[in-house]
Amino acid sequence: MSQDIFVVAEHLKGKLADVTFEMLGKGRELADARGGNLVAVLLGNGVKNLVTEMGIANRVISVEHASLENFNPETYSTALAEVIRAKSPAATLVANSSMGMDLAAALSIRAGLPLVAYAIDVKVEDGALVATSQLYGGKLNVESQFSAEGAVVSMLAGASSADKGRATGSPAVEDFAPPLSLASPKVRFKKMIEPEGGDVDITTKEVLVSVGRGIQSVDNIPQMQELADALGGALSCSRPIVDSKWLPKTRQVGKSGVKVKPKFYLALGISGAPEHIEGMKDAELIVAINSDPNAPIFDYAHYGIVGDLFDIVPLLTEKAKA
Amino acid sequence: MNILVPIKQVPDLVEELEINEEGTDLNRDAVKYKINEFDDHALEEALQLKAEVGGTVTVLALDGDETDKMLYTAIAKGADKGVKVTGDFAGGVTSHVAAKAMANAISTLPHDLILTGVQAVDDRDGQMAVLLANYLGVPHVSVVTGVKVDGGRAIVHKEYAGGVMAEFEVDLPAVLGIQAARETPRYVAVSRVRQVQKEATLEEVEAGDTAVAAGSSVRRMMKPEKGSRAEMIEGSPEEIADKIVALMKEKGLKK
Repeated sequence: MSQDIFVVAEHLKGKLADVTFEMLGKGRELADARGGNLVAVLLGNGVKNLVTEMGIANRVISVEHASLENFNPETYSTALAEVIRAKSPAATLVANSSMGMDLAAALSIRAGLPLVAYAIDVKVEDGALVATSQLYGGKLNVESQFSAEGAVVSMLAGASSADKGRATGSPAVEDFAPPLSLASPKVRFKKMIEPEGGDVDITTKEVLVSVGRGIQSVDNIPQMQELADALGGALSCSRPIVDSKWLPKTRQVGKSGVKVKPKFYLALGISGAPEHIEGMKDAELIVAINSDPNAPIFDYAHYGIVGDLFDIVPLLTEKAKA
Repeated sequence: MNILVPIKQVPDLVEELEINEEGTDLNRDAVKYKINEFDDHALEEALQLKAEVGGTVTVLALDGDETDKMLYTAIAKGADKGVKVTGDFAGGVTSHVAAKAMANAISTLPHDLILTGVQAVDDRDGQMAVLLANYLGVPHVSVVTGVKVDGGRAIVHKEYAGGVMAEFEVDLPAVLGIQAARETPRYVAVSRVRQVQKEATLEEVEAGDTAVAAGSSVRRMMKPEKGSRAEMIEGSPEEIADKIVALMKEKGLKK
């Protein structure tokens, strides 16, 4: 077991994800605390140019293969497990993202390593790692300890500073031979599907009225749209609204939707699950109305109202029109 | 086609969550449970697939309080069979142990496609779909929104950020972590569940050896610090609406 901290670099379309820099920043702290190196693991094909953005790492392990051209749950898991088994780092940080969810648990089982997911922090205490996870829709934090070295920690995006992990440079690159088993995977990438255009682009709006489960019914969408119109903004939403097909996917704010940064974000009946917070926490002014006084959204909003949104929306629409 | 759907119950977040005296777990006596919403989507997608290509849908759950009711509800919605995976699960289990138990049970049953929720609010040590697939040694794709079956393969859509998706072809058997079904999960009347409860029988399969290689444990559970808590606006709806308009004016957003 080495004292090194490994970070799995997530990238899409030739660009490193913000969460990669967040993990590199956190990984640097951990590596320094353990007296080890910070090592980035870069899987892909023809993406070595990304190394220069990871100057904070002491070393980058690069695995390149045609089957790693696009993210693939199987080939990426296989290659990653080979690297980790060969190098035995003290810990491996993976994003708790769509890609990372297919990697972290696979790595845990294949390499027989302990795993903690939904982490917002990891620290070294008396030489041992302690990870803090955000669970129960953001209502509780849970500190975990590990029964063995080599912990796999999947980190929630937005939990720490990406700037701390950004540094240009030229860390040493170690080429790692791709495993032979990558040749005929049972999961095959076919194509990328881009979001449909033509709808309102909520990322460009100064004002967003964002609705969640608390609006109760699709029949209440027109009323919310009327408010958005009156406030000179657009209607956006949290994931359950899209899953219920009350609004199109283009309106979804959060992890699997879009990240927005409007001047004013009015959250109506949105509890504030971590996946949603990730997409809107940088809005300039956040006002939330929710019937649950303990809703996590109130930890991110600047102003909060505990109450029935249906008491307030009609009055607010009227006043906004005046 | 044999479609299997592992489902589980999670605390209903609408209720206040209490932490136990040791500070290591929820006060489980005070918890109100409901089906994991993503598992409900997995079940719906399974029922839609069955309608499309035929086959059977079997729901599975680890034995525990109210497991029977959850399985009967799934049968009332259209599942063909309910299976209780029995073992010592008192006091809750980690995701690893739950996945190992589920993998042991599933390996004794015919299975072509396994659909389960992409995540749950309490899966501290990882999500069921990918853990299960790796214990079973079958391929997996997580965060899936669209599933089609074509012979011995599934064509699936996996969601990334920003509304971008990737299409994959997956050899069966495979495990898919479902983010959302193609239709809103169906509702079933309580009277129908009661009727099923009288007519249907649940099968039982033993979990067997659920020892896992390496694990983690809860050291402390706590409510998040409320340092950056919102400034709360109180008053009549009228006053609140006035205040929101005033806030917007301050920002230069309303004339």
